Amino acid sequence: MKFKINNRFRTVLGCLLAVGLFFSTPSLAFQQDSLAQETQVSTATDTVGEGAASPAATEEVADTVSAAGGEAAAATTTSTTASSSSSSASAADEGTQIDPQVYKNMTYYILLFLIICTVVAIVGKVLSIYELTRKMNGKYNPFANNTLQSVLFLVFLVGFFAMLYYGYAVWGSWAWRDAATEHGKDIDTMFIVTTVIITIVLVVIHLLLLSFPYIYRMRSSESRAYYYPHNDTIEKIWTIVPAVVLTVLVLFGFFTWRSITNVPEELQKSAIQIEVLGEQFQWQVRYPGNDGEFGKRNYKLTTPMNSYGIDFADKRAWDDIQGSDIVIPVNKSVRFHIISKDIIHSFYIPDFRVQINAVPGMTNYFQFTPTITTEEMREKMNDPKYHFVMLCNKICGSGHYNMQKNVVVVTEEEYKEWLSTQGKYFTEDLQKEFASASSDDAKELATASLN
Amino acid sequence: MSSTVISHGAAHHDAHDHHQETFLTKYVFSQDHKMIAKQFLITGIVMAVFAMMLSILFRIQLAWPDTDFPILEVFLGKWAEGGRIKPDFFLSLVTIHGTMMVFFVLTAGLSGTFSNLLIPYQLGARDMASPFMNMLSYWFFLTACVIMTASFFVESGPAAAGWTIYPPLSSVPTSIAGSGLGMTLWLISMALFIISQVLGGVNYISTILNMRTKGMDLWKMPLTIWSFFLTAIVGLLSFPVLVSAVVLLFFDRSVGTSFYLSDLVVQGEILPNEGGSPILFQHLFWFLGHPEVYIVVMPAMGLTSEIISTNSRKPIFGYHAMVYSLVGITVLSFIVWGHHMFVTGMNPFLGGVFMITTLIIAVPSAVKAFNYTATLWRGNIRFTPAMMFAIGMVSFFVSGGVTGLYVGNAALDINLHDTYFVVAHFHLVMGSASIFGMLAGVYHWYPKMFGRMMDTKLGYLHFWITFICAYLVFFPMHFMGIDGVPRRYYTFTAFPFMDKWFSVNLLITWAAIVAALAQVAFLWNFFASIWKGKKATQNPWAANTLEWTTPVEHIHGNWPGEIPTVYRWPYDYSKPGHDTDFIPQHIPYSETMSSNLPHDFEGNEEAIRIQNEWNKANNREVIEG
Repeated sequence: MKFKINNRFRTVLGCLLAVGLFFSTPSLAFQQDSLAQETQVSTATDTVGEGAASPAATEEVADTVSAAGGEAAAATTTSTTASSSSSSASAADEGTQIDPQVYKNMTYYILLFLIICTVVAIVGKVLSIYELTRKMNGKYNPFANNTLQSVLFLVFLVGFFAMLYYGYAVWGSWAWRDAATEHGKDIDTMFIVTTVIITIVLVVIHLLLLSFPYIYRMRSSESRAYYYPHNDTIEKIWTIVPAVVLTVLVLFGFFTWRSITNVPEELQKSAIQIEVLGEQFQWQVRYPGNDGEFGKRNYKLTTPMNSYGIDFADKRAWDDIQGSDIVIPVNKSVRFHIISKDIIHSFYIPDFRVQINAVPGMTNYFQFTPTITTEEMREKMNDPKYHFVMLCNKICGSGHYNMQKNVVVVTEEEYKEWLSTQGKYFTEDLQKEFASASSDDAKELATASLN
Repeated sequence: MSSTVISHGAAHHDAHDHHQETFLTKYVFSQDHKMIAKQFLITGIVMAVFAMMLSILFRIQLAWPDTDFPILEVFLGKWAEGGRIKPDFFLSLVTIHGTMMVFFVLTAGLSGTFSNLLIPYQLGARDMASPFMNMLSYWFFLTACVIMTASFFVESGPAAAGWTIYPPLSSVPTSIAGSGLGMTLWLISMALFIISQVLGGVNYISTILNMRTKGMDLWKMPLTIWSFFLTAIVGLLSFPVLVSAVVLLFFDRSVGTSFYLSDLVVQGEILPNEGGSPILFQHLFWFLGHPEVYIVVMPAMGLTSEIISTNSRKPIFGYHAMVYSLVGITVLSFIVWGHHMFVTGMNPFLGGVFMITTLIIAVPSAVKAFNYTATLWRGNIRFTPAMMFAIGMVSFFVSGGVTGLYVGNAALDINLHDTYFVVAHFHLVMGSASIFGMLAGVYHWYPKMFGRMMDTKLGYLHFWITFICAYLVFFPMHFMGIDGVPRRYYTFTAFPFMDKWFSVNLLITWAAIVAALAQVAFLWNFFASIWKGKKATQNPWAANTLEWTTPVEHIHGNWPGEIPTVYRWPYDYSKPGHDTDFIPQHIPYSETMSSNLPHDFEGNEEAIRIQNEWNKANNREVIEG
């Protein structure tokens, strides 16, 4: 196969064909295909070779077209080869080896791309010949392309606004759910205000940015731009106006942020306390039990049985409850203590506008008040299976994409009832282990197990 | 403002020319800024293509999580057994995609290329202050690229902890496979890369401060040079902090220290580390990491300013405001890093403070966007491919920039942190905008680099497909983020609420694939034009800056004779009264008597007197002294 490379177009064609053929060679495919198939492939090769190398280059356009024709033929040949081979290949399947069909498909796609390239190249050639003839006839307008591109900017502008509208109307409605917490309502208000502001900015700037190219395009070699290096008044205005708008947003945001994160101490204490521990790739939930206090946790005490690492020498730990889900009562302030056992995770409940990272070695807190029960939310969403969900939102390894816990918001009675059905961290097995470790405390332990 | 002027005489310069250039000294271990710029650019393009292919791989996984692609197994082997990418490898893909794009393509590929090319050219210098350091800078960069790529050939796979490599995930090999040898290679690669950046940065700054030609005072420098100058300062001050972060992480991993580690039970094994804090790493990382996004976007802004002005045939609007906004961004970029850490457990009060500084940085950014638009107003716009990309850059910068008001706001960030909203935001504002700035620069300065023109038709094709597809890829992601879809998820099948985004994910992936294929048009155009492009003229865009006064053929020392002296600012386009619509910087006012304005003389009474005499003789209005 000899490529007579005397123009750019043929070079690329040749290279791409070489790549395509390389993938279609049987030796690469590790395939045990019959000899017949091999000949078939080589026929295809020949066809392609003839098409690409068609050496009698008299006129460029004719040449390109013939090359493209040859190629289309090659593509069809290959696809027929592919379909005929699939049956024999499946018969000679060797388990671990990759089906040769895979390579055929790949070749097919590469050839498809090659055809697209060819079409693009032909269109390019046709355009330049058209331009040449216009020039020869003295009808060539050097600014025609300039006008074309500026019109395309206008078309793009329309498309951009259409996309914006579609996005807000369709995707926006998919994405938006009102917050189900008290502080979430403030966040939502701020979100809407910000959205209105940025939409105005986005639309106005794009309107100017993409229509100016059309309005002020270069129309002739005589036209001149307006020499206008600066205007201090305008510049001051568009420095100060964004600054004022941003100041408003900053203050709004700052106070909202403080009200969410800076909870007064008495409210911190009166809230329901729940501890959540993240680990690869699950969450554990701990309720403090009757005494309202968590027992100490010491990561060094982690054993297969006590995977939470609770220090049972601390009696406050004896009544700590293990929650299967995160269940919280509606309209009650809940204070979450977020910790991590191994690496950084993130405690994220989109519906609640709640997120805080779980960082090993430190406790993070997030306090909020849910306002809608799961039942009410299901009615609102018209989806009987809807669940609030807490998911991990900080890259944490291979199971990151599926590290979740259901969050159930219920009435206070249901909450108490549910809590009474949950098991304790201090299981009987652990109690036995603990008892044998410290037989002195056996008596107290007996009382604890009664609780 | 006075400036130090170094002007080589032609005779003095000829003395340099005695040494013989071999292939090795000319193309490989070159100390010539033009060749080094080309080396940076081509390495950057190679890395960009590689990183782009990685992104296509993970986009395929996200769009068709339940489909096998046996062809992937051919290339990826055990990482895609049965034709499905494994979760660990998926994380490696996003990690290396991010690292390569941010550091190798948009930092070294962008400012490495254009700082090296344009600083000596536009300032009127024979070469960089230290050509040898410049060469070292490239070779450290290339070594870093090679090591990073080599991590794909390590059995446990490349680093997989995200490009932010937060410990403990990045420091405990049992937590993820990529934190084995792959992570070590990442750290070594990054250390070398930082050396490269520091060597380059010192060089850029000293060249700009010391080697400007006669008359080139700071306020006559093109905005490109201003942006490279400030970028180099930001890089020089922030990259060393990343070294400390990287070295401490290296110690934690290999020596057994506990700078970032404490209280860990990984995979049931209790680790001995005590007393460290993962938050410390985040502070150190983002102290570089945030300025880094300005390192990425500021050169793109500089290139865009120059291209928009040249092709609108109109002075850049508010030159001083443009410089001051760059300075403002430079200063503010050092005090906003905490906005990446609003929900990491950093003291919430600090979060409030960082939020205030973050939103202030929107003001200089807004000024820049307005000024670009004002430059287009009543221009005489010529749509070269470079101009198209420059307009695209402004569009991306605005579209991505406005969403900064959400993520920069601590209260809103609670719900958006680490979701697809953030992905959309930074891919538009620093990813797409910088890439478009870089491509605009390539199309614009290609004649200067290779002495030939790129094909314009392919350029338009490349622009339109890329522009449209980039919006189709990133715009829908905002809405996924608002819904609460987290980034770096291997698949969206585990949560019922993510099912509705299936069609959107398909759209994104298809748009990404089309955009990736469109880059073939660019690659073909770029590499074929090196040999086959139309021969360039000396000043193909009729631009004002000094690089267009050099001969088309590259010569050692840039100018054959004396370096031109600079008399005016670089943006005298369409000045009324002049016969052409541009006046290059080296044309003295005495040759343009018909177009001089009172402002041009900066209070020089002698010059005003001469101008007034001429004005009287030619029946023109007399300037008030």
